[in-house]
Amino acid sequence: MHFLDFEKPVAELESKIEELRHLSDADGMNIAEEVGRLQQKVEKQLRAVYAKLTPWQKTQVARHPERPHCLDYIKALFTDVTPLAGDRLYGEDQAIVGGLARFRGQAVVVMGQEKGHDTDTRLRHNFGMAMPEGYRKAQRLMDLADRFRLPVLTLVDTAGAYPGVGAEERGQAEAIARTIQAGLNLRVPMITCVIGEGGSGGAIAIATGNVVMMLEHAIYSVISPEGCASILWRSGEMAQQAAEALRLTAQDLLEFKVIDEVIPEPLGGAHRDRHAMFEQLGAAFEGHLRELTPVEGGVLRARRREKFLRMGREGLN
Amino acid sequence: MNWLTTFVRPKIRSLVGSKEVPENLWRKCPACDHMLFHKELEKSWQVCSHCGHHMRLPVRKRLELLFDGGTWTPIELPPIPQDPLKFKDLKRYSDRMKEAQAKTGEKEAIIVAHGWLMGIPVVVAAFDFSFMGGSMGMAVGEGLVAAAELAVLQRASLIVIPASGGARMQEGILSLMQMARTTVAVQRVKDAGLPYMVLLTDPTTGGVTASFAMLGDIAISEPGAVIGFAGARVIQNTIRETLPDGFQRAEYLRDHGMVDLVVNRADLKATLGRILSILLRRDPPAEVLALSLDADSGRSGTRATPPAGDVEEAARRDGQAEAHDEAEPEEDEA
Ligand SMILES: [Zn+2]
Repeated sequence: MHFLDFEKPVAELESKIEELRHLSDADGMNIAEEVGRLQQKVEKQLRAVYAKLTPWQKTQVARHPERPHCLDYIKALFTDVTPLAGDRLYGEDQAIVGGLARFRGQAVVVMGQEKGHDTDTRLRHNFGMAMPEGYRKAQRLMDLADRFRLPVLTLVDTAGAYPGVGAEERGQAEAIARTIQAGLNLRVPMITCVIGEGGSGGAIAIATGNVVMMLEHAIYSVISPEGCASILWRSGEMAQQAAEALRLTAQDLLEFKVIDEVIPEPLGGAHRDRHAMFEQLGAAFEGHLRELTPVEGGVLRARRREKFLRMGREGLN
Repeated sequence: MNWLTTFVRPKIRSLVGSKEVPENLWRKCPACDHMLFHKELEKSWQVCSHCGHHMRLPVRKRLELLFDGGTWTPIELPPIPQDPLKFKDLKRYSDRMKEAQAKTGEKEAIIVAHGWLMGIPVVVAAFDFSFMGGSMGMAVGEGLVAAAELAVLQRASLIVIPASGGARMQEGILSLMQMARTTVAVQRVKDAGLPYMVLLTDPTTGGVTASFAMLGDIAISEPGAVIGFAGARVIQNTIRETLPDGFQRAEYLRDHGMVDLVVNRADLKATLGRILSILLRRDPPAEVLALSLDADSGRSGTRATPPAGDVEEAARRDGQAEAHDEAEPEEDEA
């Protein structure tokens, strides 16, 4: 397992547990007892550390290489998954994956940014940083969902849209703008969850849900702490301060009423108990789908627009 | 809705040059190094007479250039929560705001105004780049929402003129949300069957480009304007790609299919008027005259909106006002 800096005490305890487990079972009973005792300690440590993660620490957790990514959730929560490819204009961008599927029996469209989990998949998915093609594919899928009255579920996890020459030439800004527009125009339920990193315009493109949720340790921000630090502090090393100042945690966003719900993560973060995480998010999706599915399309659209228009006008001091 | 009916007297003040050219009367063109007399630059709306380079035009000058008779009615922007994050970097955001306000004499980075463009009723939302780089926070977003609502209410065309580095970081996630809010706003104008025009000026980047600015029915740009999503430096540093010549310039965007027209400043008003009159299936603008480049003839002040149905009359009057540089000043009825 990959340990973050602030998880050092936990890492030490867990390596001790590993060692004990590898000992011959000569005095097996004592070992089991000791392991149990250490595991309790681990839990206590995790509880203490994770109860008061700083925004910068949350940023690390949100980017944790072993954190479940979009495709992990899709595999765990959906059946009849039929990925669809291409924007019909230029290319296929695997930074955004999506297609038709069933969620607990209900026909839906699901999509999200996929970061990849090893060198191969990271390259294939371009680290979750989409090109205009990815956003235009997302528009296509939204359009399809709208025509066939399928709810849209989106999973947000990106450092941001890809900043490159080709992306600019093919209209990155236009692609993001139209995707925002497409999401806001949907006459079907749109339910969004930020599962890791919600990086700026590249994230909000597919995050215009009737309901927007965030996992407990996910972040969502107008700019990365590093980017903000290098511009406003003129030093990327001030990222920690920038993370504090930006108020980018799920808890902050709930307070600002920018999101609707925070989904609790298993102790020590989503990566420590994936299945528990999948279940948590699955239950949340199910609840919101049940609530939104009977609502008439025009009403869904009007409510979604109103929700974003109201944002920031009230509830702030 | 009382912001709609509140008239705000625009500050009448020296609009150009006073800050950039305090004493010296000459300015070097950044493109061709030619020395330009600042009076002459004012007359040419900050376009180099030697090479045609378009320098940035202060926002109020921009309004003066576009509105008939150089007059418009600004609307007061709805109040929004101040400094919601209590943001502080090397400086407090609240101090940065005070500095920007003192420097520009404006409250925020956007002006929303209504009036007439070649006799056509328009609402204009124009960014002020000199105010914190024209960055879009809640106030700017609210300005665009108000502009769109006003356009729908008045059955006027909406012209948005971005000049912005992107989102205002100091407002964090709330600035990012303006991308969605402004998209909803311009959608309402479109749904109402009204033209939504975007005039992209130097620079238009980041979250501003990736929302309302790229959603115009028609996108016009000024020559040489930088328009893009990611900053050129970001692209160069993180991706290590060489940037092509003219990258992210207006002409480059036009050649890549991202804007309809690159139009010289002197032709902007006539072009907008012509396009709007066609979209609205109106007769050609009252009098399409060569645009007066004499900035001295422009006056900024409030003027009562001609009553509905009086559009033709207003058009005729404006045509005359343009024909004669020394036309009588409009009465200030506000
Ligand atoms: Zn020049």
